[in-house]
Amino acid sequence: MNRNLSERKYVVIAIFVIVAVIFIVRLLILQVFDDSYILSAENNVLRKITIYPNRGRIYDRNGELLVYDEAAYDLLVIPRQVKDMDTAEFCRVLNISDSVFKVKMKKAKKYSRYKPSIFLEQISKHEFGYLEEKLYKFPGFYVQTRSLRKYTRPIAAHTLGYIGEVNSREMKADSYYSQGDYIGKSGIEKFFEKDLRGRKGVEMVMVDVHNRQQGSYKNGKYDTLSVPGKDLYLSIDADLQAYAERLMQNKIGSIVAIDPETGGILAFVTSPTYDPNLLVGRVRGKNFGLLMHDSLKPLLNRAIMGTYSPGSTFKPVQALIGLQENVLRKSTSYVCYGPATTPIKCTHNHQSPLQLQQAIEQSCNPYFWNVFKSIINNPKYRSAEEAYKVWRSYVLSFGFGTKFKTDIPFEVSGNVPTAEYFNKIYGKGHWNALTIRSLAIGQGEILVTPLQLANESVIIANKGYYYPPHIVEATGSPDNIIKEFRVKKKTMVEPDKFDVVREAMLEVFEGEHGTARWAKLEGVKIAGKTGTVQNPHGKDHSIFVAFAPMDNPKIAMSVIVENSGYGSTWAAPIASLMIEQYLNDTITRPRLEKRILDGNLISRY
Amino acid sequence: MRRGNNILQNIDWITVLLYLILVLVGWVNIYAAVYNEEHGSILDMTQNYGKQLLWIGTSVLLALVILLIDAKFFSTFSYLIYFLTLMLLIGVLLFGREIAGSKSWFQIGSFSLQPAELGKFATALALAKYLSGIDKDFSKFKTKVVAAFIIMFPAMLILLQHDTGSALVYTSFILVLYREGLSGNLLILGLIVAILFVVTLLVNKFIVIGIIAALFILFYLLNKAVRKRLFPLIGVFIIASMYVLSVDYVFENVLEPHQKKRINVLLGIETDIRGAGYNVHQSKIAIGSGGFSGKGFLKGTQTKFDFVPEQSTDFIFCTIGEEWGFVGSFILIMLFLALLIRLIFLAERQRSKFSRIYGYGVASVLFFHFTINLGMTIGLFPVIGIPLPFISYGGSSLWGFTILLFIFIKQDSERLELL
Repeated sequence: MNRNLSERKYVVIAIFVIVAVIFIVRLLILQVFDDSYILSAENNVLRKITIYPNRGRIYDRNGELLVYDEAAYDLLVIPRQVKDMDTAEFCRVLNISDSVFKVKMKKAKKYSRYKPSIFLEQISKHEFGYLEEKLYKFPGFYVQTRSLRKYTRPIAAHTLGYIGEVNSREMKADSYYSQGDYIGKSGIEKFFEKDLRGRKGVEMVMVDVHNRQQGSYKNGKYDTLSVPGKDLYLSIDADLQAYAERLMQNKIGSIVAIDPETGGILAFVTSPTYDPNLLVGRVRGKNFGLLMHDSLKPLLNRAIMGTYSPGSTFKPVQALIGLQENVLRKSTSYVCYGPATTPIKCTHNHQSPLQLQQAIEQSCNPYFWNVFKSIINNPKYRSAEEAYKVWRSYVLSFGFGTKFKTDIPFEVSGNVPTAEYFNKIYGKGHWNALTIRSLAIGQGEILVTPLQLANESVIIANKGYYYPPHIVEATGSPDNIIKEFRVKKKTMVEPDKFDVVREAMLEVFEGEHGTARWAKLEGVKIAGKTGTVQNPHGKDHSIFVAFAPMDNPKIAMSVIVENSGYGSTWAAPIASLMIEQYLNDTITRPRLEKRILDGNLISRY
Repeated sequence: MRRGNNILQNIDWITVLLYLILVLVGWVNIYAAVYNEEHGSILDMTQNYGKQLLWIGTSVLLALVILLIDAKFFSTFSYLIYFLTLMLLIGVLLFGREIAGSKSWFQIGSFSLQPAELGKFATALALAKYLSGIDKDFSKFKTKVVAAFIIMFPAMLILLQHDTGSALVYTSFILVLYREGLSGNLLILGLIVAILFVVTLLVNKFIVIGIIAALFILFYLLNKAVRKRLFPLIGVFIIASMYVLSVDYVFENVLEPHQKKRINVLLGIETDIRGAGYNVHQSKIAIGSGGFSGKGFLKGTQTKFDFVPEQSTDFIFCTIGEEWGFVGSFILIMLFLALLIRLIFLAERQRSKFSRIYGYGVASVLFFHFTINLGMTIGLFPVIGIPLPFISYGGSSLWGFTILLFIFIKQDSERLELL
């Protein structure tokens, strides 16, 4: 019996061995065959901290800082670490109500009791100064630095654009972005997003179970440095831009001024506009809503999205086409019967017959009907349609009907109707110059943007060529010029054809009967052309194109003032003042300036 | 002089060496588990590894004292030691300090003592003393009852302290009783009872009864010998069914909520990685992330950054698994297995029944701790808070296990002088 029992030691040892084998197999599975625990462990301890680089700054053509990043602060909370605190004082410091505090706290707790979540976003530097002093009283609250876009001057809101948090579509399109990142939403902030944003850096840190940082992971082997965004150097002249915005106050319309030598935009105004600082930080959402629902549509960039009939400002283009097509000479004269003229009457009182220069200077409608007729009826072409197609290609070579595709987002192309369009309406072979006569004086189906009009004056200033209008000259450093924007585009009109048109446009200011003689600037030879565009919805739009100085043009521009009547009344003096400001940097005509500044052409209804 | 020489000559150095290795492994891993750069000194008494050094030092002293005491002392005073321990266990219920829901600690100044740790060797001694009596025949019913009572009395007192883990340790003495003649069927019965318990929690109890019924019918049809004993068979079936039906009741009404939760989590009935399942989940992550060769000494992140709770006491194996990987875990298991088998070997070579029974007691207690502790950290057993012998941080447990082991080493060293 006893001997028998001592055999039982083998059973006991067998039990020990079985348990050990079970453990070893289990550990083999856990440690060797299953990799998921390694991942879980990393999830436990590793936190990826994003280092946000400073977004690129934006300078004007004279090196004046326009946009920069200013430190802003997000207040974070780790609910578990929040201890007894004076809620009333806390709310007072942050200027929030007790109920807001409760809601935010509840939200944070719902997200996680251990992980930090944003309690209050984008506290300004000013507010933060006060908070920082008191922060020690509120354990569990931390501050994370973010940056806010700051605008030095309340100008050029549409041009500069704004940034906002990425939406799901933008995140899907570019994996660089993650929730909460900022992205350029409009203007050059959007177009130059990739230059401005720089590159985010990543820091891998280890945290303990209470989410307290315990140092870097593997000595920063997986960390990446952030790269600051590239600065942008604009062609915009901040002073001119500011002055232009002042001139346009209480008016609806736009001003586009371009440096003819480069195509760089000097001033880019749409009115009414808004202060770009309104769309920054916590106030953005509220202000955006207000701007959105404003009946005057301040968010609409009329300079690129508004389309107008060019009206009389189109006459120089018509003349140039006629000259190039050899159906018009400087000396060609036509008769005008004033309001009695058919098929297009004249609204101006002038001598008759008259030659090309006088016709431009005094904006004679019948004269340009005759020019247009001779282009379309040119025997060189077999049909009106064929001639029209040629005419249209001339117009397109002036930059009308197309987009410049430079750095101006949301640009529209306007409209230069195609021959097919008329074929469809009137039937092939059933239309001629008379049918489409409105085009002779820049009315009818043709629609242009203020930017295209400004470009027209650039072309005339340059005698036949232009550089695509653009806002940004260089990225990174002022010398790093964007070459794509410096590709010369030639029109189909030869340079020698421009002289007579330019002389005529000079006479618009200088001539005895010039339509803009009231806005003449002593000492500077300005060439211009007025336009008054019939507006089916109300008072006519006042339009003006101009460039100066005549012999060595430094600025070319278009001005549109909606519902203001004649071009000579508002648009021409504004252009003249702009030119004076840009070329002379002083205003010698305070009375004229005052009349413009005081002019309130907005009737809200 | 001759005597002192004898002690050193007759000691089983293999066991002593295994003991020292395990204690050292324990200390190194306690150091790793709580290590941080602010407290670099190994003697920092504010840290667990500093204090553990103190416990190790005093344990070695205790071991030496035991080796110097006459071996007969323990067999002679077995009942007295058992009685004093019972007094302590009762005393702790009256005067003890409550820590984490268990009223099982004496607090004397900054020093705390857990009498339950001493209960193990005292019970082993008393059991050995009782069963080694010349007139005791284990086949007698009365002997079985008294032996069971010796084991269960301290276990009940510990259960009253709400220290379920330590109380469960006493079930390990069933191995001792088995060696002394308890029917092997009882071991199998215990296993069946445990399996039925788990299966009933996992599966609808009526399905379980149906399966049992099917098995019995199959058994009845296939085995001619059984066919003659129809009524006992039906009786056993009824008892099994009653047991299955009562499992629910026991589970719902006898177990405490946290125990129910731990069992549910283990069985996968509940997944609660933030609550009751948190410990095991994090423990498995720590061990699993160690991989084959481990992250390296002091490089473990899961234990060091406190993701694993109790990382220097009950969950010390996580640090070993994380920093030393499968290789380290394997070696540790082998060390324990070697110690356990060595103890059985030593027990079997004893001439005195007392020493043999005591030796089996030591092996059984260590085996139980090893099994439950490791099983819990790798998610094979519910979380029962008992330490890993010699490895886990803690003065009371290290003292307890040292005394338990060295009394046997002492008995073994004098095995030739006895009788």
